[in-house]
Amino acid sequence: MSLFNVFSISGTGMSAQSVRLNTTASNIANADSVSSSVDQTYRARHPVFAAEMQKAAAGQNESVGVQVLGVVESNKPLNVEYAPDHPMADGEGYIYKPNVNVIEEMTNMISASRSYQTNVQLAESAKNMLNKTLTLGQR
Amino acid sequence: MAISFEKAFGIHPQSLQVRAKRAEVIASNIANADTPGYKAKGMDFKAALAQATSKQQSGMTRTNEKHFDVRMELNNGVGYRVPDQPDTGDGNSVDVQVERNLYLENSMEYQASLQFLNGKIKGLRKAITGGQ
Repeated sequence: MSLFNVFSISGTGMSAQSVRLNTTASNIANADSVSSSVDQTYRARHPVFAAEMQKAAAGQNESVGVQVLGVVESNKPLNVEYAPDHPMADGEGYIYKPNVNVIEEMTNMISASRSYQTNVQLAESAKNMLNKTLTLGQR
Repeated sequence: MAISFEKAFGIHPQSLQVRAKRAEVIASNIANADTPGYKAKGMDFKAALAQATSKQQSGMTRTNEKHFDVRMELNNGVGYRVPDQPDTGDGNSVDVQVERNLYLENSMEYQASLQFLNGKIKGLRKAITGGQ
């Protein structure tokens, strides 16, 4: 019964989007985390989505869920600031701020939460369809 | 006169099957709305329904894993959609609004089929119980 697959597919969508929300929250929370060296500075991280193609290859299934391949750190240059008075400043008076673009993260957050909601609605209406099917022929 | 359920229900059971499959395909599109490189899939309803009614799922049974797999792979009427905009930047061709509307439409049509079936069942029940 392919309607049951809707639950698993929208479930993968929900979990992928919640990973995305999670990384966004982490990025925004650490947007102002200052450190005194390049290595220790927080870098913006983003999930990489991919269709679950290996499952599609195993069965003759056309419809696939989504999976999170991994979380990658952004390669954008860090924000280096000259602030000799800062308690975290290094020997030359520089502090290092994360390469988080807060505006980008906010739009990411909206997009992720909307996608999550859409997946929830999919599961909800699949549930209604199944419920109606289960009561088929009852008075 | 024997009651033939197959004749009484007509095309609606197959129609339900195809609609459920279509719901799955559209759900897959929406779940992958943010996946780079994912291409939206659609369903040729006419072809899928024709295939479901003719039951052309022919193939040979494999009783040993060394047997060749000679199933006839009919593509269930599923194909790729022609995207509205040529390039979205990441190779994804899912239009979430379109897919949501299609899903809604499909779900309403599924429920319409169910209503038809319910009506048929009611009629049959009346025939069996003599309207009591």
